[in-house]
Amino acid sequence: MNKGTWTTKTGLARSLKGGVIMDVTTPEQAKIAEDAGACAVMALERVPADIRADGGVARMADPNIILAIRKAVSIPVMAKCRIGHFAEAQVLEALEVDFIDESEVLTPADESHHIWKHNFKVPFVCGCRDLGEALRRIAEGAAMIRTKGEAGTGNIVEAVRHMRAVQGEIHRLWATPVDELITEAKRIGAPIELVKQVHDAGGLMVVNFAAGGIATPADAALMMQLGAEGVFVGSGIFKSSDPQNMAKAIVEAVTHYQDPSIVAESSRGLGSAMPGLEISSIPREELLAARGE
Amino acid sequence: MPGGESTTILKLMQKFNLAIPLKELARSGLPIWGTCAGMICLAKGVYNGMEGLAVMDMSVKRNAFGNQINSFESNLPIPPLGDEPFPAVFIRAPFIERAGPRVEILARLPEGTAVAARQGKLLATAFHPEFTSDLRVHSYFLKMATSPERRQ
Repeated sequence: MNKGTWTTKTGLARSLKGGVIMDVTTPEQAKIAEDAGACAVMALERVPADIRADGGVARMADPNIILAIRKAVSIPVMAKCRIGHFAEAQVLEALEVDFIDESEVLTPADESHHIWKHNFKVPFVCGCRDLGEALRRIAEGAAMIRTKGEAGTGNIVEAVRHMRAVQGEIHRLWATPVDELITEAKRIGAPIELVKQVHDAGGLMVVNFAAGGIATPADAALMMQLGAEGVFVGSGIFKSSDPQNMAKAIVEAVTHYQDPSIVAESSRGLGSAMPGLEISSIPREELLAARGE
Repeated sequence: MPGGESTTILKLMQKFNLAIPLKELARSGLPIWGTCAGMICLAKGVYNGMEGLAVMDMSVKRNAFGNQINSFESNLPIPPLGDEPFPAVFIRAPFIERAGPRVEILARLPEGTAVAARQGKLLATAFHPEFTSDLRVHSYFLKMATSPERRQ
């Protein structure tokens, strides 16, 4: 019997496909997420919008918060560690969280290196802005990828940019003659073996979700139509005026993203979405997506 | 019926009125194969507050092996598939806790836990044959689906 294999790691990610993973900070919120049909929850101390507002150093959540959330629900529980902070990841593995997000939303612990994720039995998800970044994270052992977007803004523009970049580069590699792949690998800064696999398969070798700025059911349907295989919603649910119904509506929109009449029905009477932020109003050094590159 | 989070799948089935038509189709003899969460959907019982379709006479235990860190691969003997064990992938998997007389158990883990079963044209596997390149369970399901056998 083998545990913590590449197949069990990528397998859990595949089991999440078509689903919504919701950020929660209390057992009560976790229960709301589960009741709304979330396929997993992300246990946090603060949602990204609050991390952004509060400033300071954002770290892994208190284990008590993670354990209390796990007690409240029976769907998978994820948690975030800082980029490069393998000791936080070891703690999360010891707590037996189901998935670790090595996340730019927290303050990076290492400005040059990510965690060597092959050392762990628990699977990791990492953010990316383009295909090169995605393949570097997969080379390090990420079993799942998500767009970075710009977390805590309620503004979908960066997630769209990142998803289009990843999909566009996959299409380009697929059409690139095999004798030009080495140059492509050099250009995007990714290992040739993985570049070749993307060329052969015409797609990524792991599941790719959208994250960072999803605030409405239509945002979620947009990302799914752009090629996301599921979505993370951070601040978008519990910073909206009616979290219960917003959560349900986003689950329905992800399930039926190809049916606008259902997305329309789900979008009715939700109250106000989370307050949004214009990206250009954020000082450059406060942009989260630039972290970890 | 695919793997995934059974709570989510059962909630959406109810919300979008799929549960009753699926039950009727299963009872009228439509061959259905459920893997992992799909197996929970076919079973009898209440799972995290959601009722299974109860088309197979068995009850299962959800997340029966614990958290993701306990997900595993195992070379599983499945007698109907021949002597060579099957590379079975268990992801936060369920197992079969109780099976009625019409349910035939097809595979057990070494400690005796039942992880695959058949009832008429319904097939349930706690593991994910679709995550491997071994197509023997798929072939078995197709043979089962096209056999002239009576409905359950």
